[in-house]
Amino acid sequence: MSRLAIGRLRTLRPFAATRTPQPVPAGHPRVRVVGLRVERAGRVVLDQIDLRVRAGEVHALVGPNGAGKSTLLAAISGDLPAAAGRVEVDGLPQQSWSPVELAWRRAVLTQRNTLSFPFTVDEVVRMGRAPWAGRPEQEHDDAVVTDALQRCDIARFAARPYPALSGGEQARAALARVLAQRATTLLLDEPTAALDLRHQELVMRIARQRARAGDAVVIVLHDLALAGAYADTVTLIADGRVRAAGPPDVVLTAPLLSEVYRHDIEVVPHPRTELPLIVPNRSRPDRSHVGKEK
Amino acid sequence: MTAVQARPAPAPDTVRPKGRRGPVLLAGLGVTLLLVVLLAAGRGQVDISPAEVIGSVLHRLGLDIGPLPSAVQGENALWIVRFPRVLLAAIVGAALGCAGAVMQGVFGNPLAEPGVIGVSAGAAVGAALAIVTGVTVLGGWTVPLAAFAGGLATTYLVYVLARSGGRTEVVTLVLTGVAVNAVAGAVIGLLMFVTDQSGVQAIAFWNLGSLAQATWSAVSLAAPCLLVGLAVAHADARRLDLLALGEPAARHLGVHVERLRIRMIVITALLGAAAVAFTGVISFVGLVIPHLIRMIAGPGHRVLLIASALGGAIVVITADLAARTLVEHQELPLGVLTAVIGGPAFFWLLRRTRNRAGGWG
Repeated sequence: MSRLAIGRLRTLRPFAATRTPQPVPAGHPRVRVVGLRVERAGRVVLDQIDLRVRAGEVHALVGPNGAGKSTLLAAISGDLPAAAGRVEVDGLPQQSWSPVELAWRRAVLTQRNTLSFPFTVDEVVRMGRAPWAGRPEQEHDDAVVTDALQRCDIARFAARPYPALSGGEQARAALARVLAQRATTLLLDEPTAALDLRHQELVMRIARQRARAGDAVVIVLHDLALAGAYADTVTLIADGRVRAAGPPDVVLTAPLLSEVYRHDIEVVPHPRTELPLIVPNRSRPDRSHVGKEK
Repeated sequence: MTAVQARPAPAPDTVRPKGRRGPVLLAGLGVTLLLVVLLAAGRGQVDISPAEVIGSVLHRLGLDIGPLPSAVQGENALWIVRFPRVLLAAIVGAALGCAGAVMQGVFGNPLAEPGVIGVSAGAAVGAALAIVTGVTVLGGWTVPLAAFAGGLATTYLVYVLARSGGRTEVVTLVLTGVAVNAVAGAVIGLLMFVTDQSGVQAIAFWNLGSLAQATWSAVSLAAPCLLVGLAVAHADARRLDLLALGEPAARHLGVHVERLRIRMIVITALLGAAAVAFTGVISFVGLVIPHLIRMIAGPGHRVLLIASALGGAIVVITADLAARTLVEHQELPLGVLTAVIGGPAFFWLLRRTRNRAGGWG
């Protein structure tokens, strides 16, 4: 109650120091998660989570199905309450920011992106500019929207109704909306899931570009090779806890992955780039029963 | 297959964005509304030409321009009967159209409508309660306030019952509406059972919907409800757009979803009360009008809300004109007339929504 009242006082204060996000040097933490526990329907789904997301880095969250990656992202987004511990955004507890102040700081791409009414792709991407309405940044709306449409390779669909797009095109339109928000932290939940190979690489390059421009990028991934190739930091989550965290070559090791994924996994360097290739150990299938005429 | 060719850049879409049609649509609807008002004010047992209607208005404004009504009692028919009736029809239609659009935005569902989900019925229960118990503590405001309270309670109830996980499925919404309408119908039936003859007539009037009892005082009570409702809804137009992304995404974009939701529920109840309190239940206007507007101008609420209000006003004035002139010396119940047209339209919409969703699943 008291925290709520303080938050309200702050927003009412006239001439309050501007609460728009300020640029920070690379490496400065944008998001800190301390001792986080999240419960769903009385069941503990995340526990003792510590995480730090720094400006300028691509931070991948990986782990098996049901490990709690999406739950962690939702908790960082502010969608799920913490049963214990806390989430800090730009040095302050998440709850102390108003919805708009939070929207200046973090943009969220969820796994499912439905739309109740047939807005055009351009209108959907433009929705990403909503937090900046009535502020000086509004002047850049057109330029930012055009840039996001082009980056995500959907400029040619701009005038089409969003529901008429294919799943992969919709996913890119949703990403364009998130980019148009120009928040300092990007939280992306499996942005590559619905995409073909070319667009997977495109999305990961966009993530790197944003990080290079000074944003903090958190990205939930299933493809460990993508994490190995594009992430600066990888956090491996298993059974609702952080199993390992650090640079890709420290976390993405064969013994650790084999144990967490409960499948024999090999990690081999790419012959030219030396980026890790993560390969499940597969036996050559016996195809002798097909293709041979009796 | 072997050579990797540089793909030619696909031609950009030549589809014209619907957004630009908005201003044209609004202007067209505004002009149509004026024409319909002129026509409807002139038609009836005493015929008055549009020129005479304009002349009469200008004379009242102190301008000696244009002809006065030539018919005997023309001036009285115009100012005591016709104008309040046409204006109330406009207010009711505008309130229903706007309420429908707001409700569909909040529920994220094109089938939400005050009549369908039972808000109109709830408001009618409130009004009927006030009539039967004879409470008049608040003077002329008693019945509208009772209708508002009934509408508010029902909207909230439906909202709580029909939602799960931040969304409202079509089946749940429509079935909740069926249940709410059934309960409201039973309560109204019960009230008719316990009340006297005049009470029965007054309540029957709610269920059929009619503008026959339009007065200037009704207009002056309903107009502020409409204006406040429209203004608040329009101020939230952009936030209603964001709600189409779903509640979590709207929150990520800085919308205080809880507060917006409460504001919009109060607004729909206010608009519903403005519509129902003086005329009874007029169904389907709030369903069909916003849908047509979306097909023409796209789903953006900045155009949709105002255009739905204008469109609703045009439709209810026209329907009321038909109700009182189709049959000589008789008045058809307005609510029955709109339902005859709106019912099949609802059915068509339902089929369309299902086809697009690939079944109800």
